[in-house]
Amino acid sequence: MRISTFFYTFKQGIRNIFRNKWFSLASIATIGACLFLFGMFYSIIVNFQHIVKTAEEGVSITVFFDEGIEDSRVEEIGNLIDKRPEVSKKVFVSADDAWNSFKDEYLGEYSDGFTENPLADSENFEIYLNDVSMQDSLVSYLESLDGIRQVNRSEVTANTLSGMNMLIGYVSVGIIAILLAVSVFLISNTVTIGISIRKEEINIMKYIGATDFFVRAPFVIEGILIGLIGSAIPIGIIYYLYSVVITYAAARFNMLSQLLNFLPVGDVFATLVPVTFGIGAGIGFLGSIATVRKHLRV
Amino acid sequence: MATRSRARRREMDIDENEIITMENVTKSYSSGAPALNGINLHINRGEFVFVVGDSGSGKSTLIKLLLRELTPTEGDIHVMGYDLVKIRHGKIPKFRRNLGVVFQDFRLLKDRNVYDNVAFAQRIAEVPTKEMKKNVPSILAMVGLAGKYKAKPRQLSGGEQQRVAMARALVNRPAILLADEPTGNLDPKNSWEIMNLLEEINEQGTTVLVVTHNPEIVNEMKKRVITMKKGVIVSDVENGEYINED
Repeated sequence: MRISTFFYTFKQGIRNIFRNKWFSLASIATIGACLFLFGMFYSIIVNFQHIVKTAEEGVSITVFFDEGIEDSRVEEIGNLIDKRPEVSKKVFVSADDAWNSFKDEYLGEYSDGFTENPLADSENFEIYLNDVSMQDSLVSYLESLDGIRQVNRSEVTANTLSGMNMLIGYVSVGIIAILLAVSVFLISNTVTIGISIRKEEINIMKYIGATDFFVRAPFVIEGILIGLIGSAIPIGIIYYLYSVVITYAAARFNMLSQLLNFLPVGDVFATLVPVTFGIGAGIGFLGSIATVRKHLRV
Repeated sequence: MATRSRARRREMDIDENEIITMENVTKSYSSGAPALNGINLHINRGEFVFVVGDSGSGKSTLIKLLLRELTPTEGDIHVMGYDLVKIRHGKIPKFRRNLGVVFQDFRLLKDRNVYDNVAFAQRIAEVPTKEMKKNVPSILAMVGLAGKYKAKPRQLSGGEQQRVAMARALVNRPAILLADEPTGNLDPKNSWEIMNLLEEINEQGTTVLVVTHNPEIVNEMKKRVITMKKGVIVSDVENGEYINED
């Protein structure tokens, strides 16, 4: 292909956008609307998951040992716990650590009356999980080990978080399916309008002796550009809204800052921007190919 | 022996001179009688041929077959050495660049001006820009539209639009010009201007095939006239006249 042909094709693609400005606007609006919904939903989902994950990381199981257990057995149990896939972190709390912590938290200066450590038998492992839904299996395993007196766990929190995770999963699948169906419907409508506008033009090109590539290329360039513009607009809007919402939430619900732990804008957009532009360009590419393809066999 | 080889040579000369050959061509659509039924047609380089006939006689199907928009149900078609039955899809554009085509409804790109409409055919043929800048004004001057190169199709009369379509069809110097009812939407004055232009192009060596309904033009120009009826050629006469079926 000649360089002049390449530039001509590219120029035609850009000019096509302005030639059919209403069609272009309709396409940009359609793609923009779909990607706006996608972006909003993605931001909500990742934040929800982040909040749940943060809460999950705070849920721990405490393992107490039999009285008079030997240090070597404690070490063995520690090694066995480390090998479990559901464990993300394990902290050893000695009897002295437990007593100091208790003193600081509840007794203060009144602790002076104690000459011995009343929590002598309370050395333990604090175990943090990767996924709270695995709590039951880990507890069963721990209870089956020799040398373990008691396993404390937070059943209500674990069940709530586990249920929430499942709910998010189902809602995600449902909303994505609805969004996809709406997108396909809107885009196929826009493409149908595109076909009626372009049919005659494509026929003329083919009669004069244009190759399929020559006919297709400006439409494809036009489609990709429309897709990219249709992506940039919702990205900009979501960026603005997201910044406003997290700033507002941080200020308005200061008390809940531990619970409402939002992801920073950069973390969300590091994935959202390339994915949105990719989907936008992809929709534009496929839409234009589908529009032209039907009419190339002239 | 000498006589036979002379005869063979003459036969080959005739074949080489033929630019359009249709042998036993039948075209049937999914329902009804065939649109073309066992057509045999031979047109030599440089000829000027009228194809006439009523609606439904098969003229449009004939043009579509010659443009390779359709393929025949049976038979062979050769145009400019291309076998239109066996031609690959990728070769069709190259074939069409050697075949100028003009339609009754002009089929111009409405959002482009006169210059761009004509230049479009050159761009498709990947003619270098420098040459294109010489060829387009030259062909526009030939069709009498040098002063209107910036005008959009809607700013032109029917006759002018048809001349733009002819300039576009001719700018790549095609061997054949197919004109499907080129005067169908024009008044008598513009119709004659277009026909005179076609005759001029023919005199410069281009083979011209015109499908028309206009008896005055056919009778006046005294060219080869092929008359079709219900998908068959009913007459093929040099210096012929329009046969009125009524």
